[in-house]
Amino acid sequence: MSTLEIKDLYASVETKDGRKQILKGVNLTVNSGETHAIMGPNGSGKSTLAYTLAGHPKYEVESGQVLLDGEDLLTMTPDERAKAGLFLAMQYPVEVPGVSMTNFLRTAKTEIDGQAPAIRTWTKELTEAMKRLKMDPKFATRSVNEGFSGGEKKRAEVLQLELLKPKFAVLDETDSGLDVDALRIVSEGVNRARENTGLGILMVTHYTRILKYIKPDIVHVFADGHFVKTGGPELADELEESGYDQFLPEGADSESALA
Amino acid sequence: MTDEMTPQSPEQTGGAAADVEMSQYVAGRSRVNEDKIRQDDEIISQFGEYEYGWHDSDAAGEAAKKGIDENVVRAISADKGEPEWMLDIRLKGYQAFLDKPMPDWGVDLSGFNADDFKYYVKPIDKQAATWEDLPDDIRNTYDRLGIPEAEKKRLVSGVAAQYESEVIYNSIQQELKDQGVIFVDTDTAVREYPDLVRKYFGTVVPPDDNKFGALNTAAWSGGSFIYVPKGVHVDIPLQAYFRINTPNMGQFERTLIIADEGSYVHYVEGCTAPIYSTDSLHAAIVEIIVEKHARVRYTTVQNWSNNVYNLVTQRAYVREGGTMEWVDGNIGSKATMKYPACILAEPYAKAETMSLGFAGKGQYQDTGAKMIHLAPHTSSTIVAKSISRGGGRSAYRGLVKIVKGAEGSSNSTVCDALLVDDYSRSDTYPHVDVREDDVSMAHEATVSKVSEDQLFYLMSRGLNEDEAMGMIVRGFVEPISRELPMEYALELNRLVELQMEGSVG
Repeated sequence: MSTLEIKDLYASVETKDGRKQILKGVNLTVNSGETHAIMGPNGSGKSTLAYTLAGHPKYEVESGQVLLDGEDLLTMTPDERAKAGLFLAMQYPVEVPGVSMTNFLRTAKTEIDGQAPAIRTWTKELTEAMKRLKMDPKFATRSVNEGFSGGEKKRAEVLQLELLKPKFAVLDETDSGLDVDALRIVSEGVNRARENTGLGILMVTHYTRILKYIKPDIVHVFADGHFVKTGGPELADELEESGYDQFLPEGADSESALA
Repeated sequence: MTDEMTPQSPEQTGGAAADVEMSQYVAGRSRVNEDKIRQDDEIISQFGEYEYGWHDSDAAGEAAKKGIDENVVRAISADKGEPEWMLDIRLKGYQAFLDKPMPDWGVDLSGFNADDFKYYVKPIDKQAATWEDLPDDIRNTYDRLGIPEAEKKRLVSGVAAQYESEVIYNSIQQELKDQGVIFVDTDTAVREYPDLVRKYFGTVVPPDDNKFGALNTAAWSGGSFIYVPKGVHVDIPLQAYFRINTPNMGQFERTLIIADEGSYVHYVEGCTAPIYSTDSLHAAIVEIIVEKHARVRYTTVQNWSNNVYNLVTQRAYVREGGTMEWVDGNIGSKATMKYPACILAEPYAKAETMSLGFAGKGQYQDTGAKMIHLAPHTSSTIVAKSISRGGGRSAYRGLVKIVKGAEGSSNSTVCDALLVDDYSRSDTYPHVDVREDDVSMAHEATVSKVSEDQLFYLMSRGLNEDEAMGMIVRGFVEPISRELPMEYALELNRLVELQMEGSVG
């Protein structure tokens, strides 16, 4: 049983108009086995929260804590956070030309586990995980994310989630750019990981449709850099009806926020 | 030191299944590499920065004098007992060296002075026939470079190891002899195969080709001579390992490869040089004749220490339907100027150059390729990759020339530069001269930086910053390293990693 606690987190980013505060006092506790949906309009800071948790150098933490079983992730480098048990499935996974998926996955697994996986069981595990995600075996020999379609990139992220077995996973807009079939396959992968490892999930999303496949225990509304409302799964249905307008600051244009 | 190094003699392994042999080799090789890495670590701790920076006792080198003049050229020729015609070629080269101006483009040669270098050093009196015949310190050098293991395992079919000016060790497998393949050092070739040498020597790179080619022609010593008869396929790579040992030692090896009609050969050249405080010079010439429908691949992995001027002329003459491939990894050296060239002289000749330049601190890699299309339906491909870090500078300099009448010819050029930090530099100087309408040309050049997002992505998967950087750079190099024989691919990756050390922070 593990716990991820975000305490009063403030973070900012350098823009061409100067430093801009994006996260404005985020508080959240996630336990193993729980799935939290984080919903909100575009530009509310959802993705910033995801990247700040994983330690992207672009985002500067101003104050607050992120504790994984009591250890402060914010003092750690991104690789140390990964080893501590945090995984970020990215909205836009990065291409690494010339590095094969197999080499990348085995290296990552070795680093996360602290030892190289036994070659025979690893190959079997990889092959089966790829098969379940309906990935072509040739995929393993391709360069990391290079020339992947949007759907392939998301599958590759979920493949890593299944293989690396983190304690907590942040899924950043994993549903974006997927057609119905791909969304189902990717969601099944996340559900498998949840069942097999009992990990805690923070699912960042703009739309409610992924919640039909991955059932959240708790739904949060994120707006203007912090959580503004928390409820059960029914909150998602409410948002489906009424949109995010009610959570936007006075005078904000919901059209531009959703654009 | 000699007690630690047990010399190993070549071993005939007979008709064992090739794949079993290969897997044994791979297993053995990984052990060898570990041992080698350990040894190298010890050496590094003794000598500082450069991995191969030890040097042996140097009795022969001390005696040689610096500078070059006509007497030195005549002395070299006389000492080798050369025929008059070779002396004439040398003297032509010397005259051309005097006549030609220093190149005023490319790397900075203002600090270059021809009188700073020794032009001929003879390390031992006669050529050794077997490994055990070599003097201990020379054998130690080669043991450290891993040659005996490679020889023993028969992965390389013949090893010509060049130590200073003389090829002192040269062995060739029996099956090559049976096939009629000649693989000797070029000095031996002049003595034993004078007609062949005289027919081809200097025909691809003439004595007055360029200043440093001319200097090589005047002072050349050693190098490999290969003749592959009609229709013969040499299945395993021939390789030579060159070493410069004497401070201020000019290295002027001269390699001549003739692939007769329909034949195939892959020659692999690897270079490491020890480090010295004064500058060394390497000015080699490689001439290759690819006869009709023959194919030659010439692979170089060079790791010169960062005080070496590496000024090399490599050129191939390709006849009808023939194929020439240059695979070229340039790591280290103070300054490199090297543009492997192919003259596509007859229809349907093909050529490819794949190169990698790595410019670290204080280094300038000016490399590229030349493709000269003289006949119809000739095609060429250039893939040039460079990495710059620590303020290093790399440049791609290329010439693609298609003459009038070479219709249906094509060239594709791809240049990728990777900058590891904000203060290194990469330039591209493509020169294209096309005099025929019916041709196809493609040129693509990219410059990329190792991005924050790439590093973050890999780090978020558990790799630390050094490992993430290493993986990105290895990925960039992969299109070149996959073309290399496995041991060289490993070596190249290791060298690149070594060059990358301390790049993060």
